Amino acid sequence: MSLLDKLDAIAAARKALLPEGVEVFGTPIEEVYSSTAAKIGDRRVLFLGTNNYLGLTFAPQCLEAAHKAIDSEGTGTTGSRMANGSYSGHRALEREFAEFYRCHSCIVFTTGYQANLATISGLAGTGDVILIDGDSHASIYDGCRLSGAEIIRFRHNDAQDLEKRLRRLGDRSRSALIIVEGIYSMLGDRTPLAEIVRIKTTYHSTLLLDEAHSLGVLGQTGQGLVEETGLLDQVDFITGTFSKSLGNIGGYCVSNHPQLDQLRYVSRPYIFTASPTPATIASTRAALKLLREGVELRRQLWSNARTLYARLKELGYQLGPEPSPIIATILDTPQEAIALWRGLLEHGIYVNLMLPPAAPEGKSLVRCSVSAAHSSEQIDFIGETFAVLRKTIFQH
Amino acid sequence: MASNYDDILQKLNEHLKQFCPPEIEITPDTDLINQLAIDSVKLLNLVMEIEDEFDISVPLNALADVQTVHELANLIHQIKSAQ
Repeated sequence: MSLLDKLDAIAAARKALLPEGVEVFGTPIEEVYSSTAAKIGDRRVLFLGTNNYLGLTFAPQCLEAAHKAIDSEGTGTTGSRMANGSYSGHRALEREFAEFYRCHSCIVFTTGYQANLATISGLAGTGDVILIDGDSHASIYDGCRLSGAEIIRFRHNDAQDLEKRLRRLGDRSRSALIIVEGIYSMLGDRTPLAEIVRIKTTYHSTLLLDEAHSLGVLGQTGQGLVEETGLLDQVDFITGTFSKSLGNIGGYCVSNHPQLDQLRYVSRPYIFTASPTPATIASTRAALKLLREGVELRRQLWSNARTLYARLKELGYQLGPEPSPIIATILDTPQEAIALWRGLLEHGIYVNLMLPPAAPEGKSLVRCSVSAAHSSEQIDFIGETFAVLRKTIFQH
Repeated sequence: MASNYDDILQKLNEHLKQFCPPEIEITPDTDLINQLAIDSVKLLNLVMEIEDEFDISVPLNALADVQTVHELANLIHQIKSAQ
């Protein structure tokens, strides 16, 4: 087999699965009109698959901050945080995140993916053990691989299964790192954090919580699941991303362990990449302020999410286990999922499509991401479109 | 509880039957990926079953070197022996 044969096999698999001319992955978006509207092909569409939970991508305060930063500091830093890429804005954003979480330290990373890669590979190393939920995001799996630590999976959201695996480790559980997510990206369900904290305390392990999909979504001030459950002080490390509720790109890790700052010297994904652009940092700082004050945005987000979840449930769609801004419709076959995805697009609604092996349990997902920026009329329109497609696609 | 290699192999074969087409007989040399069509996701789920069966933890890193039934049985045996 030659070097490139495996890529030919992927091309063949893609051709067998996807109809000609249907670009379900990397769908070209021609123009963006607002946080919820864009042009795909020659059609105006409603965004329902963007992780833009608070709808802040066009917030005037964020746009103004980005414009000012570009004018005063240029388009990019052209360097690593460890070299010439730590501007006053980068350090200010770290202070603001640390203060937001009432934590000792924060490190800002260039992407959310790198936040997990850098934190996990900086914390754990050869001889350590990392226990991860089976439905963990790829950035968690990749961070574990980069660390060189032993990786052990436990069944998704099954705290007893985690405890069983910790018990088997004996004394090694004391140096184990447990990783869970506030809201899981596939089905929109939450980790049972209180149970996980009880177990990590019993076995003297260390807990990392990824709040990528729960920052801005859960808690009075939007800290995430730690705030909603009142368990902020029980979690050792929190990672998250700027690319969802904050409407930007980047990532962070906060902790009360002063050792977090030493990751700057050992973590390759932090050291060997250029730092976030001045515009990214400035607009993220503005977005973080809006997120913290965004009680009304969260109320609207959850109203939209609960309304759409209830409507799709009523229509008979198989959904994730609980209402959430991530509403995944679960389909038995990739063909059904592609038909639903195409049908929605033809009616002017863009959603995300997940096919095996990206989706859990061999299922296919059509994943909706609800936003606070969706109007109640838009949520009604989405519900009615799903109703039409339920009849035309699934009940011949 | 299975502890020697032959016991482990026998119990492992029970778990592998769910993946085995009728025309294939599972032997120690059977290739998990090419003959039993166990892809990466199926393998991860199989490992969880094996962990519970043998009351062990199998690091995902160790699976990179596993291609055949014998290699998987041997890995389980090594982990059990180290306990």
